[in-house]
Amino acid sequence: MYRYDEFDHRFVAERVEQFRDQTLRRLNGDLSEDEFKPLRLMNGLYLQLHAYMLRVAIPYGTLNSRQMLRLADISERYDRGYGHFTTRQNIQFNWIALADAPEILAELAAVEMHAIQTSGNCIRNVTTDHWAGAAADELADPRPVAELLRQWSSLHPEFTFLPRKFKIAVTGSPHDRAATRVHDIGLRLHLNDEGERGWEVVVGGGLGRTPMIGVTVREFLPEDELLGYLEAVMRVYNLIGRRDNKYKARIKILVHELGAEAFRAEVEAEYARQTAALNGIDNAELERIAQYFAPPPFEKLPRWSPAYQSHRAGNAAFARWSRSNVAAHARDGYAIVDVSLKPEGGIPGDATARQMRAVADLAQRYSFDEVRVSHHQNLVLPHVRRDDLFAVWERLVAEGLDAANVGQAGDIIACPGLDYCSLATARSIPIAQGISRRFADLNRQADIGPLRINISGCINACGHHHVGHIGILGLEKKGVEFYQITLGGSSASEASIGTIIGPGFAGDEVPDAVEKIVTTYLALRQEGETFLAACRRLGAEPFKEALYATHH
Amino acid sequence: MPLITEDGIVADSYRRLDGADPAADLIVPLDALAEHGDHAGRLGADVPNTARLEDVLPYLDRLDLISLPFPAFTDGRAYSLARQIRQAGFSGELRATGNLLPDQLQAMAQVGFSAFEVTDRFHPEVWLRALSRMSVSYQTPGTSARHVWQERALARHRLQGYSASAR
Repeated sequence: MYRYDEFDHRFVAERVEQFRDQTLRRLNGDLSEDEFKPLRLMNGLYLQLHAYMLRVAIPYGTLNSRQMLRLADISERYDRGYGHFTTRQNIQFNWIALADAPEILAELAAVEMHAIQTSGNCIRNVTTDHWAGAAADELADPRPVAELLRQWSSLHPEFTFLPRKFKIAVTGSPHDRAATRVHDIGLRLHLNDEGERGWEVVVGGGLGRTPMIGVTVREFLPEDELLGYLEAVMRVYNLIGRRDNKYKARIKILVHELGAEAFRAEVEAEYARQTAALNGIDNAELERIAQYFAPPPFEKLPRWSPAYQSHRAGNAAFARWSRSNVAAHARDGYAIVDVSLKPEGGIPGDATARQMRAVADLAQRYSFDEVRVSHHQNLVLPHVRRDDLFAVWERLVAEGLDAANVGQAGDIIACPGLDYCSLATARSIPIAQGISRRFADLNRQADIGPLRINISGCINACGHHHVGHIGILGLEKKGVEFYQITLGGSSASEASIGTIIGPGFAGDEVPDAVEKIVTTYLALRQEGETFLAACRRLGAEPFKEALYATHH
Repeated sequence: MPLITEDGIVADSYRRLDGADPAADLIVPLDALAEHGDHAGRLGADVPNTARLEDVLPYLDRLDLISLPFPAFTDGRAYSLARQIRQAGFSGELRATGNLLPDQLQAMAQVGFSAFEVTDRFHPEVWLRALSRMSVSYQTPGTSARHVWQERALARHRLQGYSASAR
């Protein structure tokens, strides 16, 4: 993992002191709320429906146990004993007092964390594959590049007042678990015939009101040119991106309105003008950072673990959990454990202080002190010996963290919705809870197989409903909440935007509607065909039939 | 309106008046430059933040000053335009005008601005202090701040030099 040096420490400490001063000036009235707002937002502090919400950055979703313990402490001392992990691999605290915010930031700084740029029209927390450095299918660990981007984008003087917020995702695996095609910039690693690294640069993807799949502007950008090229992309966007309409200000609209070719020409012209502005200093820095991400001291183990096999054979619940929540690791004898934060009827992404401490303890004992946060709002123990899987599972059971549903119907992504968010038009959490209860039977979930249900409480799409295999969007009409359903979305390598299936449903009708969709799939699927594959083969018709035919 | 440069709060020698003293320092709109080509004093241009670099390039040699506006503090176009103008080799005064806030001054200096038309809304000391608020930067510092990546690279070189001489 990356560790701060004296410069990183000083940078964050100075930001904290600056914010402490600004908060004091606000509290004693020297600053008006209008003047204070942009300052607090740049430190991740939002004013929500009921209280201030603090969004803390978890760079590329990687934490050590000390950091996780600190998050647990903060949730108890300053919040209500829990935190909410988000779709951008961050954590939010929902009940923060303004006067406490500077002290919380100071406590975070002590464990090398911050809330810089978790809000505002700037480059946000860089996200990546939550299995980075562990996945069996990975070409290389994307985190050194993600950390380089974190530093480069931190208070970047040129790109702090962009037309709109800007999100970058990075993947080092051909199997895209970072949703790179629906980000403002997605970076996908490729190796050429000589084994050299290059990055495919995808620009202009995004969700929100106008969902779009990004376009590739460079197929293979040599790694040592990465930062210079990204500066060119950012500069073009900053100069000619639309600022007349908030909803047309993301880079996807610029790419769409100019056309991919004209946009690429703008970027290449700008890039050609940059005569070695960075002078290779970025490459030296990347080399330095990469040393921090050397693999942990893995043991040389046999591929199979007899202990694991015998526990699987003797315990049906453990066997079921290991089928859904354990993934292949690059090293023999190791496995990746996905810790589901989606218990039956729970709030997606919420974890109590006690649960955070349990995961920190497990990481320390069994996973080289590493935890990851996934954009599916789950946690990951990336490096667990297969021999230890049963012990890890037993502890997860004791903490209520053993939901065996990762990637299945109960593993729902949902934004906070109208229960917390001042932008929301409808509630998301109760809808997620309703569906979760309806599909509570884990054997049934396993039979249904891979299924991604994503719920957003408004058109801003924080719950990524456009890329849910089943997407649910909460809207409001004349004071009544209703929910629009989309089918066939995906954020994986073959990304697609879901299509609206028909008229919306009342909140309490949603579980029935999802049930009908799933039943239709089960009746029509071919041998081994996933829900998404069946959707793509069948089209909307049979699902429409099931949902609306009886209404006539 | 106070003007801040590296020298602190200074007197502004420029005027934005039409038909002013022909020997005075003058700032005119970019599209009026042609009329003032033979101006005797120093000459500056007000360049809108929607201008493209190509609009400015032909005049860079002739101009002593380029002034870029921030119509709202959230409108960040001039940061990039300033960067482009500096990269094109302009070494005269690059001046920021409009809705400036103390918290942004250091970033403006980092992208190449060298003068700031500030308001009386904040005490002059607040403006001046803002220029050196952060002592370190991950990007081109441009001010008194230290460049983190450069410092790290230098430290490594020193270390290598030390181990080489010890051998």
